[in-house]
Amino acid sequence: MSKHINLTLKVWRQKNQKEKGHFETISAPDISTEMSFLEMLDVVNEKLTLAGKEPIAFDHDCREGICGMCGAVVNGRPHGALKGTTLCQLHMRHFNDGDTIAIEPFRAMAFKIIKDLTVDRSAFDKIIQAGGYISVNAGGAQDANALPVPQDKAELAMDAAQCIGCGACVAACPNAAAMLFVSAKVSQFALLPQGRPEAARRAIAMVREMDRQGFGNCTNEAECEAECPKQISITNIARLNREFFKASFGSAVK
Amino acid sequence: MLLDGKVPSGPIKEKWDKHRFELKLVNPANKRKFDIIVVGTGLAGGSAAATLGELGYNVKAFCFQDSPRRAHSIAAQGGINAAKNYPNDGDSIWRLFYDTVKGGDFRAREANVYRLAQISNHIIDHCVAQGIPFARDYGGLLANRSFGGAQVSRTFYARGQTGQQLLLGCYSSLMRQVAAGKVTMYPRREMLDVVIVNGHAKGILVRNLITGQLERHAADAVVLATGGYGNVFFLSTNAMGSNVTAAYRAYLKGAFFANPCFTQIHPTCIPVHGTYQSKLTLMSESLRNDGRVWVPQKADDKRPPQQIPENERDYFLERKYPSFGNLVPRDVASRNAKQQCDAGKGVGSTKLAVYLDFADAIKRDGRAVIERKYGNLFEMYEKITGEDPYTTPMMIYPAVHYTMGGLWVDYNLMSNIPGLFVIGEANFSDHGANRLGASALMQGLADGYFVLPYTIGGYLAGTPKLNPATSSPEFEASERAVQAQVNKLLSIKGQRTVDDFHRQLGLIMWEYCGMSRNNAGLEKAKGLIQNLRAEFWQNVTVPGNEKDFNQSLERAGRVADFLEFAELMIIDALERQESCGGHFNEAYQTPENEALRNDEKYCHVAAWEYKGTGKAPELHKEPLVFENVHLTQRSYK
Ligand SMILES: Cc1cc2nc3c(=O)[nH]c(=O)nc-3n(C[C@H](O)[C@H](O)[C@H](O)COP(=O)(O)OP(=O)(O)OC[C@H]3O[C@@H](n4cnc5c(N)ncnc54)[C@H](O)[C@@H]3O)c2cc1C
Ligand code: FES
Repeated sequence: MSKHINLTLKVWRQKNQKEKGHFETISAPDISTEMSFLEMLDVVNEKLTLAGKEPIAFDHDCREGICGMCGAVVNGRPHGALKGTTLCQLHMRHFNDGDTIAIEPFRAMAFKIIKDLTVDRSAFDKIIQAGGYISVNAGGAQDANALPVPQDKAELAMDAAQCIGCGACVAACPNAAAMLFVSAKVSQFALLPQGRPEAARRAIAMVREMDRQGFGNCTNEAECEAECPKQISITNIARLNREFFKASFGSAVK
Repeated sequence: MLLDGKVPSGPIKEKWDKHRFELKLVNPANKRKFDIIVVGTGLAGGSAAATLGELGYNVKAFCFQDSPRRAHSIAAQGGINAAKNYPNDGDSIWRLFYDTVKGGDFRAREANVYRLAQISNHIIDHCVAQGIPFARDYGGLLANRSFGGAQVSRTFYARGQTGQQLLLGCYSSLMRQVAAGKVTMYPRREMLDVVIVNGHAKGILVRNLITGQLERHAADAVVLATGGYGNVFFLSTNAMGSNVTAAYRAYLKGAFFANPCFTQIHPTCIPVHGTYQSKLTLMSESLRNDGRVWVPQKADDKRPPQQIPENERDYFLERKYPSFGNLVPRDVASRNAKQQCDAGKGVGSTKLAVYLDFADAIKRDGRAVIERKYGNLFEMYEKITGEDPYTTPMMIYPAVHYTMGGLWVDYNLMSNIPGLFVIGEANFSDHGANRLGASALMQGLADGYFVLPYTIGGYLAGTPKLNPATSSPEFEASERAVQAQVNKLLSIKGQRTVDDFHRQLGLIMWEYCGMSRNNAGLEKAKGLIQNLRAEFWQNVTVPGNEKDFNQSLERAGRVADFLEFAELMIIDALERQESCGGHFNEAYQTPENEALRNDEKYCHVAAWEYKGTGKAPELHKEPLVFENVHLTQRSYK
């Protein structure tokens, strides 16, 4: 049953990329525990607006945990403490009356802050552009069942393909590495016969682009797996490493 | 005026082949001389932009999110249809065509639907080649399931995330074209106007959502793939940003809006739980296979469900529809749930919910079986509501889900404005008055991968080339108008927020233009909308400024358009004095409460033309002819 709780928010406010940011203390009284975290922010924003202040800028769209647009670091944890849950699916019943909640943007060299909790994650698009695709034009495909794919391989590919590109893995990593993100895409295609012809080139190109975009190096901290709202496994990183080394040493593509 | 859908002559099975042959082609070496704007990069726009790039055109693609991978299409769960007949259970192109025309309650254009069914198979081939990890059987071949009451298994799926996987496939093809230099991607841009030069669509005006700058973009043709307008109801299963702005502003520039009152309401969604609620979450329709829908017999019964004995429950669907029971079609299930709640029998804290009870199924099959079938859905339900559906019945309520109406297009997917093409949920074309499950993904991808890339070539090859400068008077005028609206919104500084207005509009639409409609209610709603709109322009407050990342300003523009568009929906609903598919006028129903069509008077597409502020829009009709699937009354007895 619903309860109402009173909260104190410490929210990162930053006008734009150039100006310095700071934490602002905002009280959030009378919050229904049935609200989602983003609905709680909506309520706070309505009040700020009516008080003539600027509402907190945050990205969101589907509010179903699938588009990957939302995300903030809540009490030090990307998307908050609840496992396997995006910020939009986190509900206020996981908080207590009187709690103080710190809310800040995903921080990384490669993610510039646009405003408040909103960050620029276009570096992820750049990594996909470097090779996160299979080169096939519309119209050229053979019958879909011409090439069987073992069920277990298809399932593993699907496990990796579930990545929503939210960036929590980067925000969780002490080095701000994007290895979980890159490995999920590389794995999905490496596991499928359709993706094999370009596997070597893909692994090399995506890893290089990741470096170019200013993401850090992976030192096996495994924080990314712990915070991933889709619970993408770090075994994908092991697979990426194998693909990468195989490609670097064994293939003509350099 | 009677509208011409430009359907090619000849037998239905040969129309598309013949038409493709007859369309003029753009010489491969010349394609790079053409610029094409694609607004929207969901399944429809993303697939179109990628394919046009592959063909060699210069494409500029726009979306309001930070990346094309976030489009609303990503949320589709159930699957995508195709007439592959892999299960060997009697499916065919003809059957998919037939089911879609009938499911749409005979308000779609036959030739378009047939083409859609024909193309469906190529979509699956292409998506598999892109590396989409569809579900597979033990032998490694593709798995199918039956969906939305279809009698054959023709739905391809990737767990409960089919939309996500299809969109990511399309996004990767798009990113490949960006890398190849054929597509330039403009994310975080909102289209606020179409620019018409010499009667042709030759550009758009967008606002850069980070800097607030207005930008002008010119091209040889413009494609709108901006999705549906379900958010006119405020609460819907759509993503928060889904809007009517691009389509509505094209309407203001002369594009006809077809069948705006055709909306689909899905019976199984997680109910509203408070006034702060921002959206509704769909629970898959498959739950009705095992769940039993009921309410207490007594109005205002406050006991918890477990304490209400069997003989004091009303399993109203089973009672009223003994043969179909809980599996009646979406619209019937939705309307009945509303009736119960209107009678005071709704459950939960808001009294706007009915139970969907799995107790009998668990008793019959065991918890393990139910868990295997619906485990992920139960988990999602628990995450949102905090209640465990294994031990306490789920609560569900209908919610707005999809909009069949949209900008009018001909067989080439071109609107009545030459050079302005409309694809995906944004057009009206293939679903008539009701869309069948798993067919929106199919339509979006058919339009984008396989129809538009041909038909747009026909337009480009057959039209004298005009390279409008973005300094032309048409662009000037467009920017001035958009700027004036932005200034106006920021200057009102009233007492009510944008969301507050949007929420109130949603309540009006839900009450009077939702699951069931009547003339008195529609008339009343018209007045309410007009008053609300007037108040909006006097009393809204939009904080912040224009040259900034300003989400309130973004929403204000969208709500301003919804406030006008809502009235067009009402006008359309009043004009159509019949019931069909998702449009249910209480005055027209069969004794079994089924929608009762009036084919003599309304077997047409209603396409509305804007005539200026304060003036009634003008109705144009496109007569619908059914030569292959004969007009019959839907029956679920
Ligand atoms: C919860 C849910 C589940 C569903 N499940 C299924 C299913 O299982 N099977 C099925 O077939 N269908 C399903 N549907 C329907 C289907 O998902 C949609 O109809 C379809 O994805 C729409 O695709 P689209 O490309 O036309 O539009 P969208 O995916 O909505 O994309 C719209 C694009 O336009 C852009 N845009 C919009 N306005 C502007 C503007 N003014 N300026 C710039 N850009 C703009 C957006 O940024 C976005 O890129 C479901 C729908 C919902 C809500
Ligand atoms: S808003 Fe889409 S994942 Fe949270």
